Amino acid sequence: MFDPDILARIQFAFTISFHIIFPSFTIGLASFLFVLEALWLRTRDDTYLALYKFWLKIFALAFGMGVVSGIVMSYQFGTNWGPFSEFTGGVLGPLMAYEVLSAFFLEAGFLGIMLFGLNRVGPKLHFTATTMVAIGTLFSAFWILSANSWMQTPTGHIIENGRAVVESWWDVVFNPSFPYRLVHMVLAAFLTTALVVGAVGAWHLLRDRENRAARIMFSMAMWMAAIVAPVQIVAGDMHGLNTLEYQPAKVAAMEGHFETQNGAPLILFGWPDMAAEETKYAVEIPKLGSMILTHDWDGRITGLKDFAPEDRPNATIVFWTFRIMVGLGLLMALLGIASLFARWRKSIYSCTWLHRFALIMGPSGFIAILAGWFTTEIGRQPWVVYGLMRTSEAGSPVAPAAIAGSLAAFVIVYTIVFGVGTAYIIRAMNRDPRFAHSPKGEVLRAGSRPVADPTFPQAGE
Amino acid sequence: MIMDYQLIWALLIAVAVFAYVTLDGFDLGIGILFPFIKDPAKRGRMMNTVAPVWDGNETWLVLGGGGLYAAFPLAYSLLMTAFYIPVFTMLLALVFRGVAFEFRFKSRDHQKHWDFAFSAGSIIAAAMQGAMLGAFIEGIVVENAKFVGGPFDWLSPFSVFCASAVVVGYALLGTGWLIMKMEGNFQGRLRGLAKPAVIWMAANLGVVSLMTSYIHPAYAARWFDMPNLFFLAPIPIVTAGLLFWLWHAVKHREKTVFGITLGIFFLCYAGFGITLYPNIVPPMIDFRTAAAPDNSLSFMLVGAAILIPIILAYTAYAYWVFRGKVGDEGYH
Repeated sequence: MFDPDILARIQFAFTISFHIIFPSFTIGLASFLFVLEALWLRTRDDTYLALYKFWLKIFALAFGMGVVSGIVMSYQFGTNWGPFSEFTGGVLGPLMAYEVLSAFFLEAGFLGIMLFGLNRVGPKLHFTATTMVAIGTLFSAFWILSANSWMQTPTGHIIENGRAVVESWWDVVFNPSFPYRLVHMVLAAFLTTALVVGAVGAWHLLRDRENRAARIMFSMAMWMAAIVAPVQIVAGDMHGLNTLEYQPAKVAAMEGHFETQNGAPLILFGWPDMAAEETKYAVEIPKLGSMILTHDWDGRITGLKDFAPEDRPNATIVFWTFRIMVGLGLLMALLGIASLFARWRKSIYSCTWLHRFALIMGPSGFIAILAGWFTTEIGRQPWVVYGLMRTSEAGSPVAPAAIAGSLAAFVIVYTIVFGVGTAYIIRAMNRDPRFAHSPKGEVLRAGSRPVADPTFPQAGE
Repeated sequence: MIMDYQLIWALLIAVAVFAYVTLDGFDLGIGILFPFIKDPAKRGRMMNTVAPVWDGNETWLVLGGGGLYAAFPLAYSLLMTAFYIPVFTMLLALVFRGVAFEFRFKSRDHQKHWDFAFSAGSIIAAAMQGAMLGAFIEGIVVENAKFVGGPFDWLSPFSVFCASAVVVGYALLGTGWLIMKMEGNFQGRLRGLAKPAVIWMAANLGVVSLMTSYIHPAYAARWFDMPNLFFLAPIPIVTAGLLFWLWHAVKHREKTVFGITLGIFFLCYAGFGITLYPNIVPPMIDFRTAAAPDNSLSFMLVGAAILIPIILAYTAYAYWVFRGKVGDEGYH
């Protein structure tokens, strides 16, 4: 347990798991705010402005937590992963520097105007600020996924004096798995936000079906779920094909296949036992595994036994995180289809079970993102840079006590800070969105932050 | 034309770190001043002066760290390993103070707690930065490109003095900023706070400067050998002059306090640069040894050359939008 590599990995997994939740929410939310403000400028319908202000407060909280947890990430490479930093610095460093220059500064620079500037700069310039923040979040996704994808499918480099040196920046940035990861992640972010917005809309509809702001939110969110969830399933399938090509061991672990076979079954459930080298209690559908992965009933799927034991990722974990992600994805698609059905029946604003379903599905995007993230990251093991550097070679020579101490500090601080922050977000969601904007424009007044405006009725006060 | 990418990036990172120190310096300074201002409404006003810009200020810290990782991976890996404890302490302190900007206004019941988090977070983050600066000047123990020192090597009498200097320096930057932004009685109260801070800073700078020349013979030689003594003497002399001017300004001037403090920061920073050049991991490793391959440096330079001017332009715009006094009525 006090192996420094394991401790450093736990620390990294812990901090990044907390961190990833906030950007994946704010990427979608920034685009949603962009759409809401555009609709307001077009229609001058104050309900859109009310919705903008309602979600802006939540965005500010989530963004703040994303920023502080992200700053931690940017320093962790050096503190815990010194040899990794040295080896990859010439490749990954510039990608992250581009992220800072093109995305972080853009977001941070315009965030102040977005939060406090509506009455100072006027609607048009304010809309520009919203646009810039939304673009910034997407730039950020572009660069960080490029960096992560290079660690999964490294190309465009050579090794010189024990360091990765770039030969072609094009091949590094647009490495083979990057397009699939970028699309899969950005869709996941949009879908996650849609599910949260839909759940908040559903919550207010369950209280008052005539709430116009809630109706707009719910309807927009359900369109998004109905369109994006099926698209995401297709994107995920394409990503899977790519992974099969470049990281076959990961796919074998995800599927729980130990033996290489033609016409492999789809194992629905089971318990992959790494020591026994078999998946116990497997519930299988014959040949479907090959069909899904290779699009051929008799396609050949490599099993984990074809890889040396020290090169195998942990199938027990990856098998299950993958199933959680896929299962939730199917439920999201079901929600989208159900909403289309309700729309056709003209009962989308009155269908209580649909609203309850949407409410329950609210956090599912976050769980699916975490499960998917675990699948791809744990599935890459034992490599930190696939095929180039093992995780066991990447750690800094830091005293285990220092890592354990900082890990304990992270667990305590993150639990307090992000627990309280999440409680504040949920409280903000509980307010009636119709009151988020009062037409006289006194909402962003008196130098108080929008989240603090005393004119809003506060839940629990 | 052949460009010296290594030197350009060493300078760019130095500029990014200085931008961070001065920009986040004054908003950290506001947190450092909190214990002296008890009134929640005044605290709210103080925070509102930086709420729209602090995010951008702190981004320079990410650029400094990210740039070091990208341009000088060896230095990044060595320094982060050696400064493990102060880096994480600083980061956790910044987490608390960062979320306090949003959380403070969310709940009246918990406002005191978030005020404390903001203030303690600011003080601890500043102190850790100062301690790391001190430990950096003293140097870290490296053998075969690996850090071989202990986890508490960074803690020494010298680094404690440096921590104190940075805390009081940031407090002065914060005071200078607030004197510009505030009026009337509250401005007078801030002037009163600034006076002992100037004395404290002058004393601290004197001690730190003298101690620096005893750390390594090379540092003393850099400053006192001829003809360096002749060329470098203006730095301490002008700094001393600025301190006297600052003493006068905190009593009578409104806008110059912040500017003079920035000037003192710049001269001290330049002084450290002159002392340490060309080392990036004192006392052994120079920036050329630690540099990333030239094609990485040139690839990043294209982006930096295009994007940094744009960043500076819209950052300046954001400051301009929120210019002026922040009275009791706030921005509107």
